[in-house]
Amino acid sequence: MAERIGVYVCHCGTNIAGKVNIDEVVSFAKGLEDVAVVRDYKFMCSDPGQAMIEKDITEGKIDRVVVASCSPLMHENTFRKVCERSGVNAYLFAMANIREQCSWVHLDGAASTEKAKALIAAAVRRSTWLEPLEKRVVPINPRTLVIGAGIAGIQAALDLAEAGKEVVLVEREASIGGHMAKFDKTFPTLDCAACILTPRMVQVGQHKNIKLLTYAEVAEVSGYVGSFKVKVREKARYVDRELCNGCGMCWDKCPGRRIPKEEQNVHKKLSIGTRGEKNKRGEQNPAPSIYMPFMQAVPAVPVIDRDSCRYFQEGKCRLCEKLCERKAIKYDMEDRIHEFEVGSIIIAAGLQTFDPAVMKRYRYGILPNVVTALEFEMMNCAAGSTDGKIVLADGRTPKSIGIIHCIGSRDKDYHEYCSRVCCMYALKFAHLIKEKTEAEVYNFYIDLRCFGKGYEEFYDRLLGEDVRFIRGKVGEITDMPIHEGEQGKLVVRVEDTLVGAIRRIPVDMVILCTGLEAPRGLPELAKMCSVSIGKDGFLIEKHPKLGPVSTATDGVFIVGACQSPKDIPDTVAQASAASSAVLSMIMREKIEIEAATAEIDGEKCSGCRICNNLCPYLAIRFDEEKKVSIINEALCKGCGTCVAACPSNAIKAKHFDNRQIFAEIEGILSSV
Amino acid sequence: MKYTYYPGCSVNATANIYRDSITAIAPALGLELEELEDWNCCGATAYMSVKELMSFAISARNLAIAENHHRDVVTPCSACYTVLNKTNHYFAEYPELRAKIGQALEAGGLSYSGNVRVRHLLDVICNDIGYEKIASLAKKRLTGLKVAPYYGCQIVRPDSGFDDPDEPTTMNRLIEALGAECVDYRMKTACCGASLMGTQEDLALRLCKNLLLDAEQNGAHCIATICPLCQMNLDVYQGKVNARYKMKFDIPVLYFTQLIGVTLGLPLRDLGLGRLAVKLTKPMKQIFEGA
Repeated sequence: MAERIGVYVCHCGTNIAGKVNIDEVVSFAKGLEDVAVVRDYKFMCSDPGQAMIEKDITEGKIDRVVVASCSPLMHENTFRKVCERSGVNAYLFAMANIREQCSWVHLDGAASTEKAKALIAAAVRRSTWLEPLEKRVVPINPRTLVIGAGIAGIQAALDLAEAGKEVVLVEREASIGGHMAKFDKTFPTLDCAACILTPRMVQVGQHKNIKLLTYAEVAEVSGYVGSFKVKVREKARYVDRELCNGCGMCWDKCPGRRIPKEEQNVHKKLSIGTRGEKNKRGEQNPAPSIYMPFMQAVPAVPVIDRDSCRYFQEGKCRLCEKLCERKAIKYDMEDRIHEFEVGSIIIAAGLQTFDPAVMKRYRYGILPNVVTALEFEMMNCAAGSTDGKIVLADGRTPKSIGIIHCIGSRDKDYHEYCSRVCCMYALKFAHLIKEKTEAEVYNFYIDLRCFGKGYEEFYDRLLGEDVRFIRGKVGEITDMPIHEGEQGKLVVRVEDTLVGAIRRIPVDMVILCTGLEAPRGLPELAKMCSVSIGKDGFLIEKHPKLGPVSTATDGVFIVGACQSPKDIPDTVAQASAASSAVLSMIMREKIEIEAATAEIDGEKCSGCRICNNLCPYLAIRFDEEKKVSIINEALCKGCGTCVAACPSNAIKAKHFDNRQIFAEIEGILSSV
Repeated sequence: MKYTYYPGCSVNATANIYRDSITAIAPALGLELEELEDWNCCGATAYMSVKELMSFAISARNLAIAENHHRDVVTPCSACYTVLNKTNHYFAEYPELRAKIGQALEAGGLSYSGNVRVRHLLDVICNDIGYEKIASLAKKRLTGLKVAPYYGCQIVRPDSGFDDPDEPTTMNRLIEALGAECVDYRMKTACCGASLMGTQEDLALRLCKNLLLDAEQNGAHCIATICPLCQMNLDVYQGKVNARYKMKFDIPVLYFTQLIGVTLGLPLRDLGLGRLAVKLTKPMKQIFEGA
């Protein structure tokens, strides 16, 4: 029986009609085989436009639909719904993109018209071979995995937990809190980071709906939206979480000396970790081997750094074990694997800062008073090793400080992108320096990007605080004195582009405003969760404007700086966006899964397993008994990689099978 | 190893010391340098900023002739190295310029397809021959000599490809391979003033003063250079720097090839060491003659 196809040509206002001759296209479509109805309308996606299709279907004029309009990414779903409403299977609908791939990109009207005809002919031919498919529905497990417990993960976890849903929160470090816990003040309001963060950290630690695993990393993710299976490896911290009450006896007396490495590029001296007790001479161990990352750590349980612990390195000491009244020290503790089932995953993996040692002209790591932004944050932190004082390596108070912007950001040799937070934290630093010392402050900037709420006002305030701004990229930092007054100083050589001259500015300390980059381990995590990574190293969202926290994998969401560099307000906003997206899925209790998946013909499959490792969604497994590969339809996104790779031609992509594609090609070529 | 040798004008004139030391060490190192026939001046960096197309054309003429030999071109001069490489780079990147250069060459009955690799002598000696080979051929070690490697501003910028533009180390490792102590100082890639010595002497003298000062403060006995103009500015004008800035610099400025020659046990006279403007200091002479 011949199909009866309805073809609907959209003008899209003048978007399509301004270039493509609609009348010509309509009369062309009427001449195509199997076409029963052809109509055109100003906006097919509008209610009257949809009603035209609905009417033709219900009146029995057509049983397949082709709409020639925009990209399927825009309105495929709209028209599929029209079909379903009117009693035609959604997969019997085909779309011809005559806007993005035709009228918008060509200058010649006549050629555009010809191309529109070819695209419609292709869709019509394809349409005759389409087969009805059934969408599958799967239940949603109401528990959620949140990866990373910086401010992003904390916010998302609390939103979900407060709504009464269970959350598994996994953090790689020994305490939750992330980078925000290392800051003294936050811009532009200058409220104390710890004061606003720690109440939430405590809330996370005590919440009955949150299962918190610190010092732990996600080791394996399998399954699909609604029912993921997750394995988490909890590293041995050698202190029993249940027994320890965080009294601090152990780190007070520990004789071991840890090299702080919270961040891989951080100065080996500065730390905000818990310190040893002061002895009679007022000296103290700045970094004991058993320690908490900072005083307000959650959980308030220390960890032992194996690399510097005397017991682990030399086989004797065990002082902390003797001192611990609650017998919480367990030297024989081993890594533990926890397994969970969750319905959704929120990735809040955060960031790391750029390592400026590679930019040799700034001599980071060689000149002791050249520090990174994060080191300066820790220097300002009241609990840090300098007690919140701004000091030089030799203990003196600096009389002048240079702040160099855009280190590793907006630089084609390193990261092309703008890190978005550096301008503002640089201004914050300038303010803190003015508050705590009498030092002269020089900001060396390219542009000042103060875009957020209250940011420009903050910049304006700084202009009144006697802070100097020099527009120019710094060429070099040197301790080689040439002129009077440069002895014993760091000389910043810079082209002052406002004055139009090369300047040499002697300062005591230089702060490098290092940019943000994707954290270590992100590619591995992304692969586990089937999320793509962009060329900048960050995770890719589903749509840059309309799907900022979703990903191409259903049920996996991304928030915070692992998606792109962002400040605290934006991070928190994204975290809440993702948690509400998760909640909306949980409320629906079930979710429809795309039916256009791939299918393996067991008769044809030779069991070569080539497809198994190619699948980007880990949807294919090998059946050892039958010696054939099998596709898990719930995981399959219908990308077609396996179809193209199969040497036996055993895999069929539903909705994109060979007959359908060849018919489409024939349609395209029919007018040639 | 055989290379097409492009000496450049300086090496055959003001820098004949450089020429002599290269001629002396090449056979010992197994370095076969066949001079490019009928070569012409590369135009140096000055001409490039006055008449760009002309400068590219005359520079490309050398490359066109060299292409017939199917070998790397090696030059001991940083300016030649930079200009020839820049010509190659522009020739590859800009089709319109390529066409114009092509026309100019055609008028002279030549053609160039862009396949010549231009290298600096330092790169060839350190990376093709290698530090181990040089050390094994050495009859003397420069024990106790503190040498400041001076790379100059041209060889590493913007991206020559054989060393780090900010922190080059090729010569550092060579100096250590010769048994000398390599002085770490900050100005090793700073500019010596180059041809500004002829036009803006004050500026050039100041740049040389800063360089010499940094080397001296870091304890250098001598400076090792890789470029005829750098050597001339630091050596010949050292007296003038002293007079202008009331300094007492007494730092011999040698070519790296001369240091290699000394360790190979070649007669100092063949290496042109007697013809430096700043004479070898006594301790240096002892190290060179003894050991």
